[in-house]
Amino acid sequence: MAGAITNLTDSTFDEEIGSATGPVLVDFWAEWCGPCKMIAPILEEIADEQAGTLSIAKVNVDDAPSLAQRFGVMSIPTLILFDGGEPAKRLVGAKGKPQLLEELAEFI
Amino acid sequence: MSVPTHQVVIIGSGPAGLTAAIYAARADLEPLVIEGEPSSTSDQPGGQLMLTTDVENFPGFPEGVTGPQLMADMRAQAVRFGAEVISQKVSRVDLSSRPFKLWIGDPDSATPTHLAETLIVSTGAQSVMLGLEAEQRLIGHGLSTCATCDGFFFRDQEIAVVGGGDSALEEASFLTKFASRVTIIHRRDELRASKIMQQRAFDNPKVEFAWNTVVDDILGDATVTGLRLRDSVTDELRDLQVSGVFVAIGHKPNSGLFAGQLDMDDNGYLVTGPDRSTTNIEGVFACGDVQDHRYRQAITAAASGCMAAIDAERWLESRH
Repeated sequence: MAGAITNLTDSTFDEEIGSATGPVLVDFWAEWCGPCKMIAPILEEIADEQAGTLSIAKVNVDDAPSLAQRFGVMSIPTLILFDGGEPAKRLVGAKGKPQLLEELAEFI
Repeated sequence: MSVPTHQVVIIGSGPAGLTAAIYAARADLEPLVIEGEPSSTSDQPGGQLMLTTDVENFPGFPEGVTGPQLMADMRAQAVRFGAEVISQKVSRVDLSSRPFKLWIGDPDSATPTHLAETLIVSTGAQSVMLGLEAEQRLIGHGLSTCATCDGFFFRDQEIAVVGGGDSALEEASFLTKFASRVTIIHRRDELRASKIMQQRAFDNPKVEFAWNTVVDDILGDATVTGLRLRDSVTDELRDLQVSGVFVAIGHKPNSGLFAGQLDMDDNGYLVTGPDRSTTNIEGVFACGDVQDHRYRQAITAAASGCMAAIDAERWLESRH
């Protein structure tokens, strides 16, 4: 499905990120985080609009604390853009859509 | 292209703005709420309550309610009665003539994006940071302004909370769910916080106090490793090893948008009243924390939002 957001877990993360053909923006989030909920609809919009260019995935830090730890996530929401399987950009904290798109401009 | 004129535009969507929206919508004024853009620094849709956990003092919730839930419910209530809400930020206002002009996006654009017969300003306040150079480097890397967002990452670690008011103690109590020890760093030898919050903190075995202490620097290159503290009486320096720092030293009003147009006090709070939500410009009303340096509660913000909507409604009526 175009623009779908995948949920990544400990067991799927490496394969999904490693095999991705384009850049993947990974949203580290949790149910109890207000700002994470604020940006969720924005990420859905971006996933739809950028389908085919940029994919978006989510990591629930409650379910996958080891992934959060591995990437040094100490504050959520944290968005990490993986390009060629490697972290290429990191955005900490909730942002509005225009600001997010501006930060991601080089990848879309 | 014609610019829409609204009877009531509300800037901000905390308890003040959304209560104003509920009242204005029920008065058939079809208010437009410009709620702001997501952010993690308490200048976001829903306001400061979006960064809190349990709200225990809002009447009607005997078991408490979470801040984000309360705000989602208030927003739904406003929308139910016909308020229109847009998730954008106002970049400029021109209050020199009516209808008032508002810009979203490019503030230098020749044409405003919205016109308003009355304007309700409920832009709230946001957390003040310490003003240290290290803050830019370490925010999100052990330095946080949102305990509810980030407390989870400090399980079994030692952390510090800077501040001495209710929000500092509330954060400290919340953080003891995760951290092994929480040191509250306060520049004086007594707290501003309410008695119940103080007692809770004193009774909590994980909470310690560093009195008469200020933060000189936050230590750590990539992530926070500690704080350099200065005793405000003796000037002695010491380092406290912590892996997390939460700052809750106070608030500043989000009134910059109105500089030079609306009257404000020395601290930037809008001047209203007396006993009303009126400002120095007829047709512009203000409510909530942007004009309240005294109470700053969700319930007082909501109450002042109600006042602003009624004041706006009566003002519109008086002109017809």
